[in-house]
Amino acid sequence: MADELYRLTLHAASQGLRDGSFTSVELTRSLLDRIESVDGRVGAYLTVTADMALEQAADADARRASGRDGPLLGLPIALKDVLSTAGVETTCASRILEGFVPPYDATAVTRLKAAGAVTLGKTNMDEFAMGSSNEHSAYKPVRNPWDLDKVPGGSSGGSAAAVAADECLAALGSDTGGSVRQPAALCGCVGLKPTYGRISRFGLIAFASSLDQIGVLTKDVTDAALLLGALAGHDPRDSTSAEEPIPDYAGELNRDIGGLRIGVAPEYFGKGLDARVGDSVHDAINTLQSVGATQRQISLPHTEYALPTYYVIAPSEASANLARYNGVKYGLSDPQATDVDEMMARIRGRGFGSEVKRRIMIGTFALSSGYYDAYYVRAQKVRTLIKSDFETAFRDVDVIAAPVVPAPAFDLGAKLDDPVAMYQSDIMTLPASLAGLPCLSIPCGFVDGLPVGLQLIAPPFAESRLLQAARAYERTRGPLPSPTKAIDTQ
Amino acid sequence: MSIDRSQVDHAAELARLELSDDERERLRGELGQILQAFEALNTLDTEHISPTAQVIPLGNVERDDVAAGSLPQDAVLDNAPRVEDGQIRVPPVLDES
Repeated sequence: MADELYRLTLHAASQGLRDGSFTSVELTRSLLDRIESVDGRVGAYLTVTADMALEQAADADARRASGRDGPLLGLPIALKDVLSTAGVETTCASRILEGFVPPYDATAVTRLKAAGAVTLGKTNMDEFAMGSSNEHSAYKPVRNPWDLDKVPGGSSGGSAAAVAADECLAALGSDTGGSVRQPAALCGCVGLKPTYGRISRFGLIAFASSLDQIGVLTKDVTDAALLLGALAGHDPRDSTSAEEPIPDYAGELNRDIGGLRIGVAPEYFGKGLDARVGDSVHDAINTLQSVGATQRQISLPHTEYALPTYYVIAPSEASANLARYNGVKYGLSDPQATDVDEMMARIRGRGFGSEVKRRIMIGTFALSSGYYDAYYVRAQKVRTLIKSDFETAFRDVDVIAAPVVPAPAFDLGAKLDDPVAMYQSDIMTLPASLAGLPCLSIPCGFVDGLPVGLQLIAPPFAESRLLQAARAYERTRGPLPSPTKAIDTQ
Repeated sequence: MSIDRSQVDHAAELARLELSDDERERLRGELGQILQAFEALNTLDTEHISPTAQVIPLGNVERDDVAAGSLPQDAVLDNAPRVEDGQIRVPPVLDES
């Protein structure tokens, strides 16, 4: 067993540590060796902090030896490079932040460390979390561990691929319009985006502040519940973080879901959906019915407007948030510039990649004088309509089931020159993001040997219900008949 | 919706974004295509709908006005490309003339 420790889930590894079957140092070494042997092909990591990880592991072993325990003590976890890490380079996969070493940890990272987790390094992503394929990393693309010619999804593609390729036990990501759920679906792992405000955003590098939320990518639902329990909670450093009570997510996980009302909206099963993905999702809903859930048809009539609404609001917020990258406080410099405007424009022109420039331009345009009401304010009004669709639906149902992505992972390069086609791969994850709702993706089958995900969406702060439904499905589904991952045969 | 070159130039200036001629031309086409997709929003009647800027029921968040610790100056300035006497140095902001 010792040579395949890297394949464990968080909860299985935690049990092994508790039983004394292996140490955190052995577990961490196993993962570092795994990264060493496969990451050259996957590209999931931008930075591996091997020495720091082994020190944290030794410290966790010492704490355990002195009688301490905890659900994450000694467990190796990867962090998306959008999270600030004290003393560890944090680039957001952008050239403009090359060499940036934050002086503090994001609150989510602080909480993981306090729980005794081991941090393995920083995962690759689309630059500033803008993208659906991870091809917009300024450093290198990430490849899908199931088929190395396919994208892993984005923007948390490195985190999803690292989990799928067993290069970490679990990973943190961030989700603004689907950036946790979409790569989780395409890589075949569990991806949870909690309610907006459930996890502090302090130290999460901002993309679109009214939408950004930290999420988790794990090998199963139990692990997602464990991680959420460690991360959730109010933080005085993030005034938008919620003061809602935090249930015992892991403790409540295996509750019976008898009587759970599942809403199914035809708007998520219409044109553009690969019929085989739709079949897989319907099978999953039937599986939930077999353990006592009921199915009801609901309507979310403004679903189709989520795409234009999101692509006005998110770039508008991004154009303001990314104004801070101007060569003054951090990042690239331009000693030749003769005035400050020239310096900023040159650094930004050189430091941002094509997708980031595109979104800054869309956002700047949408917020500019003469267009503000026509684009930005109108999109905010449609956001109200999308949000009230969900409020109406949740009067009759407890969770909503839908696909995550219209089709399985596409070829690297296939959508790179067609931004609108790329944006359309987010069409089923955007509505819940705009409404700030908790949602997750869980593997529900394979199409052409590639994973497909079931999306579950719940009302605000009903993460416990969401996780219980996902766990009931996972337990009833059993292990998926799994095609072999490319990364395990090469 | 079609976008002309002066609109691209204006947005790039507002965004302090230096772009090559090729980039400007490509963005002109792409922005037109993306703004076209936004037209769908105009098919909805939103006259009596109030805008949603954020989704949580929060008003102002206040705290007691008590000074707390902050990062040391060195740690904050460590990432700045040009530092002089504990300050960040930048090229001239105002023209001297």
